[in-house]
Amino acid sequence: MSSPASETRHFRAEKFDFWSFFFSGLTGLATLFILGILATILINILINGWSALSWHFVSTIPKKDFFDANTTGVLPMIVGTAFRVIVMTIFVIPVGVITAVYLTEYAANTSLITRIIRAAVNNLAGVPSIVFGLFGLGFFINFIGKNMDYLLHNSTVVWGQPALLWASLTLAVMTLPVVIVATEESLKAIPPGLREASLALGATKLETILKIVLPQALPGIMTGGILAVSRAAGEVAPILFTGVAYYMASLPSHLSDQFMDLGNHIFVLATQSPNIEQTRPILYATVLVLLILTFALNIVAIIIRARVRKKLRALG
Amino acid sequence: MGIHRGHKARPIEWLAEKFIFLVSLSAILMVLLIFLFVAREALPVFFGQTNTALIQTPIPPDDTDKHSPAELQAYLELTPDEFAKMSKTTLRTLMEVKVEAQADIPENFRNDPDAHINTTQWKYLMLPHQWDNYDKPEFIWQPVGQIKKFNIIPLLIGTLKVTLIGLLFAVPLAVGAAIYVSQMARPRVREIVKPAIELLSGVPSVVVGVFALLIMASVLQAIFHYQTRLNAFVAGIALGFAVIPVIFSIAEDALTSVPRAYTQAALALGASRWQTAWQIVLPAALPGVFAAAVLGFGRAIGETMIVLMVCSASVMSWSIFDSARSITTTIAAEMAEAVNGGPHYRILFMLGALLFVATFLSNMIGDLVIHRFKNKLEGKR
Repeated sequence: MSSPASETRHFRAEKFDFWSFFFSGLTGLATLFILGILATILINILINGWSALSWHFVSTIPKKDFFDANTTGVLPMIVGTAFRVIVMTIFVIPVGVITAVYLTEYAANTSLITRIIRAAVNNLAGVPSIVFGLFGLGFFINFIGKNMDYLLHNSTVVWGQPALLWASLTLAVMTLPVVIVATEESLKAIPPGLREASLALGATKLETILKIVLPQALPGIMTGGILAVSRAAGEVAPILFTGVAYYMASLPSHLSDQFMDLGNHIFVLATQSPNIEQTRPILYATVLVLLILTFALNIVAIIIRARVRKKLRALG
Repeated sequence: MGIHRGHKARPIEWLAEKFIFLVSLSAILMVLLIFLFVAREALPVFFGQTNTALIQTPIPPDDTDKHSPAELQAYLELTPDEFAKMSKTTLRTLMEVKVEAQADIPENFRNDPDAHINTTQWKYLMLPHQWDNYDKPEFIWQPVGQIKKFNIIPLLIGTLKVTLIGLLFAVPLAVGAAIYVSQMARPRVREIVKPAIELLSGVPSVVVGVFALLIMASVLQAIFHYQTRLNAFVAGIALGFAVIPVIFSIAEDALTSVPRAYTQAALALGASRWQTAWQIVLPAALPGVFAAAVLGFGRAIGETMIVLMVCSASVMSWSIFDSARSITTTIAAEMAEAVNGGPHYRILFMLGALLFVATFLSNMIGDLVIHRFKNKLEGKR
């Protein structure tokens, strides 16, 4: 709402309505309550996690008993989470960006195929994360992986079992809509005049897209990538059966290795500890590490997106 | 974007265009593959090809030739691929193992009527059954032990219980906040509050789970004085936190897209801000708000980690202060111990397929409603 003229304000002040005031207050309270929950979660984790967080903690590979607060560390989980997210990005960004380019630059908005693609993207965004896990197990491991082993004549099972590659691919499928939507938004924000100018100078459509449109859309594509990464970094359900390990003595070094993961480790610490009181500090510290990771990424994405939107508004 | 291709059309241009088109089909392909491969693993349950009866009439290894391959495959609980790849000697060894396994079953199960039934038949999956040593027919999900019980009704009730509590908590709060942010708040407040609520969706669900497990469970128990500390109520509220951002963003979007002329007309006629919001804007945006709740439902029913951390026991109970086990939790907790390709594994995949269909439908409805709503506001039909 733009600010109303002062006459209206005066007029409304005369007719003070208790119920209006009451209900408006109620909606304000609802907002405050949600913000309060967010603040409580964050402050609680920050206070409890900060004291247990140390350089030693983030740089140590723990022994088998990682519930011991003095010797434990989260290095393999940080590496595992980073590794799977990076591999995921390599797959999801090209596919997502190309799909978005098709939807905004080539497709006719009303054609049947475009509508089906959009519906599929929306649906993909709504599929429960655990179903992605089942899909990863049924498709990547039991179908692709087993057949790869068969075709490569591996004497032992290499690909037909949970592995980093399968977890990353599962997450790539899951985050595809995030990348598509963010890229599309940034492609739409580029004024048509820019494309027309390029075409008028004799560039082909593909040249225009590669040299004019995509470089302009880069911040938006980055936002999409970052949002996908922050979403994927915190997800546990899709990787439960596709690659995560309860404990690994060494860091993952190959795509067919299993890996330890921050989110899964939080779940293990919270539910399988022999003594929850002793585990509590390291649990909070691990949560803090994960939150710092995802939030830093989220905030960067929000800032870039706000800039893109402002630019869009300025261009009208 | 109605820009036509430049003059320098080249073969490579044509190829690139086709390539881009093909890649853009990947989203459709993925949705199809997800459904196909989740359903594929579950198919034997639908066609009654799984058999969990503890005591089966063993086929003597010498009689192998008298039975059709399909019968043998079902008898040995193998997938068609595995069966096809098998040599004659392995097949014979497996047959012998099966006979020995039958001979090893403890004597006391011989007279147990439950040991003779195939618990993966639909009537045992859906209806109550009079199990041995139970007083009355009951719904039981108990996938471990000698006699595996796979009744999915407790899981469905658990899912509904947790999801509905979550929605009852989240919808009023999220819609209230959406009304406040879109109608009442000053632009400056809005610019801070909106991203902050969106930030809540950036909190990973394991983190919400930890918070619910350690802090919220105790606080809620102190307020409501119930018996079990971890129950469906706590899980539902925690689930609410996870869906609030989803419902909020969609509802807020719907409320903001109501034409400004509506509000201006109402205010000019002397309505207060609240009256305008409640009697003009909200009814106009109602389809969008409804869609927000439907999409929130889809998100809530599929949420895994929060419910997994907060409650797990599968009890057949409608009380919200009892524990509950949702479909997602069951899949996440039991897949690791289920034998790859076995009946338990297949039923978990069937539950996954069920979940996929439920969320698919709620997403379709939600999207359709929003689409119509937007078209109506833009004056299209």
